Amino acid sequence: MLRARSVLAVSFAAIFFAVSICHGASEQFKGKIYNPGKLQAVENKTRLGIGMTAPDFTLPAVSGGTVSLSRFRGKSNVVLSFVPAAWTPVCSDQWPGYNIARSLFAEHNAVLLGITVDNIPTLYAWTQEMGELWFPVLSDFWPHGAVAKKYGVLRSSGVAERALFVIDKKGKIRYIDVHDINSRPSLEVLIKELEKLDK
Amino acid sequence: MRNTKALYIFAALVCFTFFPQVARSGVSTPVKGDPFPDIILSVPENPLDKAYLGLREKDTFKLSHIKADVLIIEVFSMYCPYCQREAPLLNDLFDIISKRTDIRDKVKIIGIGAGNTPFEVSIFQKQYNVPFPLVPDQSFAVHKAVGEVRTPYFFVLKKKTDGSNLIVYSKVGSIQDPKQFLALILSETALK
Repeated sequence: MLRARSVLAVSFAAIFFAVSICHGASEQFKGKIYNPGKLQAVENKTRLGIGMTAPDFTLPAVSGGTVSLSRFRGKSNVVLSFVPAAWTPVCSDQWPGYNIARSLFAEHNAVLLGITVDNIPTLYAWTQEMGELWFPVLSDFWPHGAVAKKYGVLRSSGVAERALFVIDKKGKIRYIDVHDINSRPSLEVLIKELEKLDK
Repeated sequence: MRNTKALYIFAALVCFTFFPQVARSGVSTPVKGDPFPDIILSVPENPLDKAYLGLREKDTFKLSHIKADVLIIEVFSMYCPYCQREAPLLNDLFDIISKRTDIRDKVKIIGIGAGNTPFEVSIFQKQYNVPFPLVPDQSFAVHKAVGEVRTPYFFVLKKKTDGSNLIVYSKVGSIQDPKQFLALILSETALK
């Protein structure tokens, strides 16, 4: 009976490993990434909707100082990129990809704000591995996940959903993608949403 | 005992029926001395890239159809910061090879974007002015066929007389110095 249980345990461990494997991992993060395994795709459906005014916030930036959403009102479109946590799969390559797409954001007069619920020292160490990021990385650490909660993307475990919000110059929400936490949102789709703001 | 065997068979069936990636994750990365799988890739849209690789196909092509005695393959991702930093070194390597009239038609470079869409590959190509062909591997098909390597990963293949490819270099991480890397592969392939 014990052996039978062992067989089942090994089998399910193999299945778990197989579904949580991180494809295309960068050598940059070798040995530094904690793999939480496959998580529930989406836990929260935000109550915010298209056309609603995006809730304002002020958060500390890794580079120093604070950033308020309202400072972009009337000036720039804004993309908020919530990622679940530092030092985890998917998150660790999503922003490096955005980092070489600066011109695409600029073409559509959009600023990008990266947000996680991690504290500043953790975010500093993590983003250093990504190279020099051109966009502000903001810490929603304290009060813990307050902004993520405002946007309806704070999970019960204390991490954020993997979510994108596109906000136009008037401060209205134009696109929401609360994405499967286990996969990277398509950059192509995001850029197409930014193109719509130009029309 | 019989029950245990039955359980093993049941578990294996569950794994390979519902979780085929278990089978795929069992693919080991080919190493020096191994043959390289004759993978199928999308034909680059840029006519210059197509001409560089010596391709006549329209949609897809087999790796073995690339007109080269030695093929340097970089498995990369636009989302990989290491690959981003490596890009200028690869451009230098291409430049050095291009200036060598004795080898430029024999040694070719191709990048394969693991999990990248054509759009994502084009962003990488544009950002770093990559002068050699980059092809997408959106479904990770190639990436899985070579054992789900970390990126950047480099394979160098030597074409044998029967048209098949033999690996002379298989390593993860930076090529470090383009001149020394080229000297190494010329030595390994006895092309010099």
